[in-house]
Amino acid sequence: MSYELWILLTGSLVGLSCGIVGCFLILRKMSMLADAISHTVLLGLVMAFIVSQSMNGFYMLIGAAVAGLLTTFMVQLLNSSGIQEDAAIGVVFTSLFAVGVILISLFAKNVHLDVEHALMGEIAFVPWNTLSLPILGDIPKSVVMLGSVLLLDILIIFLLFKEFKLTSFDPSMAAAIGIPVLAVHYILMGLVSVTTVSAFDSVGAILVVAMLIAPGATAYLLTDRYKVMLLLSGVIGVLDSIIGYYGAKMFDVSISGAMAVAAGLVFFIVWMLSPKYGLISRFLNQRLTEE
Amino acid sequence: MNHLWQSILTDGNTQWVLLSTLLLGIASGVLGSFALLRKQSLIGDAVAHAALPGICFAFMFMGEKNFFVLLIGAAATGLLAAYTIQLITNTTRIKEDTAICLVLSVFFGLGIVLLTKVAQMPTGNQSGLDDFIFGQAASLVGRDVQLMGLTAAALIIITSLLFKEFKVSTFDPQFARGIGLPVGFLNFLFVSLLVITVVIGIQAVGVILMAAMLITPAISARYWTDSLRTMVFISGIVGGLSGAVGTLISTLGKGLSTGPFIVLTATVIFIVSMLFSPKRGLISVTLKRLKNDDRLAMRFILKKMYESGKETIRLDHLFQQSNISKLKFNRVLKHLMKKGYLHQEDGILTITKSGLMKAEQFSFVDEIMELKEMYPSELGSLDIHWIEKEEKETLSKEQLTKLQKKMSDIYIQYPFLNVKMSSRRGGQGYEL
Repeated sequence: MSYELWILLTGSLVGLSCGIVGCFLILRKMSMLADAISHTVLLGLVMAFIVSQSMNGFYMLIGAAVAGLLTTFMVQLLNSSGIQEDAAIGVVFTSLFAVGVILISLFAKNVHLDVEHALMGEIAFVPWNTLSLPILGDIPKSVVMLGSVLLLDILIIFLLFKEFKLTSFDPSMAAAIGIPVLAVHYILMGLVSVTTVSAFDSVGAILVVAMLIAPGATAYLLTDRYKVMLLLSGVIGVLDSIIGYYGAKMFDVSISGAMAVAAGLVFFIVWMLSPKYGLISRFLNQRLTEE
Repeated sequence: MNHLWQSILTDGNTQWVLLSTLLLGIASGVLGSFALLRKQSLIGDAVAHAALPGICFAFMFMGEKNFFVLLIGAAATGLLAAYTIQLITNTTRIKEDTAICLVLSVFFGLGIVLLTKVAQMPTGNQSGLDDFIFGQAASLVGRDVQLMGLTAAALIIITSLLFKEFKVSTFDPQFARGIGLPVGFLNFLFVSLLVITVVIGIQAVGVILMAAMLITPAISARYWTDSLRTMVFISGIVGGLSGAVGTLISTLGKGLSTGPFIVLTATVIFIVSMLFSPKRGLISVTLKRLKNDDRLAMRFILKKMYESGKETIRLDHLFQQSNISKLKFNRVLKHLMKKGYLHQEDGILTITKSGLMKAEQFSFVDEIMELKEMYPSELGSLDIHWIEKEEKETLSKEQLTKLQKKMSDIYIQYPFLNVKMSSRRGGQGYEL
């Protein structure tokens, strides 16, 4: 496969997995937690590097997942000790991120882990960092990682579909019929962390947040059905990354940044034109009822 | 270290940088308190991220790094982001947190795109726009610092002049509208002030961490007080302190970003507040809870003996009935014996006369409380606060008489209560 196809595939995988997982965050009103996790993942990566002294993807994945769960846990802790949620999120992620940045500048200055990379990702270099697999041949490491995380996401969502749905829409009802709401919450947060970190390596922190939230929000304006929203969000995620890639190529700018902008543009268009919830149709409806 | 003191004492630029981060900290602490109470803290985060494209636009437009123009660009996109968030929340069913997150990431993505564009420009390489991401107070020079410091001072003055108006429109917007305050305009003004704070702060703290300057000092101050005036004051001090200390620490090493150190200083102050605040701190709350648990266990044991109707009870028997750990049981028992309510001999407990009095009092209080909860409309206004206050000592005889009179008054007033209560008490009341 050519260089371009690999990048497109990586972007699409990011869009797909983030788009699906992001829907749950939007429905549960936990979008800011995604933002927080995408920042604190940096600390997880640094800690994993300091402990293992290597850039092995596996250690990084574990470190980041731990950091993500730690963030969720600390936010929960502060929240239950009486701090309002937005402030709790703000305090936790900024301090963990600050620790991460300081640790990088103190201990990990000379390795390939640098802050800029963490923010913007290096999707342009993805095709050159390959891994030999038995039947498939040489495949970029990121594609392997993103693919397996996507499979994991789909598997868990498939298995726990009903639980996720119930705890998202009616947590008290879910608790009443005996679903372990807190456990489901942490499973979901673990999923978000793992997805975030697998995407983080190739596209950086900004794009992860954009991809987690924008496709889901766009899909939310198009449909009222839960299943359709999940599928639509995945499709929009793929679309965003393809548009973003060609945009970046045309203007010769950062690919991940362009993907985030593309996600924003797609959202904007849907926000204006959506048949049911769009601004224009709302306006027309209002006019119609007035007449 | 010596070098540090020398540069503080003699170098004019360092002094200015310190002064301006101090003022910035105070301004963001003051405005952050209001933002926290209005639940708008995270809007500051979005505004900070959204300032990046504005800075890049301004740089591309001017072709040089003019601090003032960059600030105007940042303020423009920052305001645009703040209003986009409100527009999305108002016109769609998307919730505010999702809107904030969406706007934040898309604007920041645009910023990154423009940053790569700037880097391709001939003058782009030395632009130093990267410093805006994590903050580099040391790279501020002369007039920039003065501009920043003066703006921060102006923000502090404006907010203190409009303190009353902001206070009312924060806590009770409807009332504010009622007394004729222009609430819409005040909200607009507040968001604008917030944006300006963020914008002047990003050179020192960086776009990513600027949110912490608005949140952390305010939430730390919240632990120490319930009054808005004091909270704003403390928050300003915390902000100023972390700004100054963070800047000092970051100058110790070469090429360290300022932002993370300022944020970490604020976080340390937050953790200290969370643990040690006398009223809400974790430590004092835990101690209070332990004390209260002991108090409840004490009441439980005394009442148990009182209700059993016997003067004596076996120690292990009582322990089995009470649902607490052995350690706590012994502690509570020791306390009771020290007070002279109980008397122990060979594993057999005897309740003393004053112990019975005390138990009687507890029963009364509990009964009245129960009645109050059962019939809030009839007994809601009944004042029993004075009993709770004097719980530490045994009631005197006349106080007990007063209590009994009150009880009988209640029963006379509401005869339907009488049936239930008298059957439960079973006539074991302590004779006076």
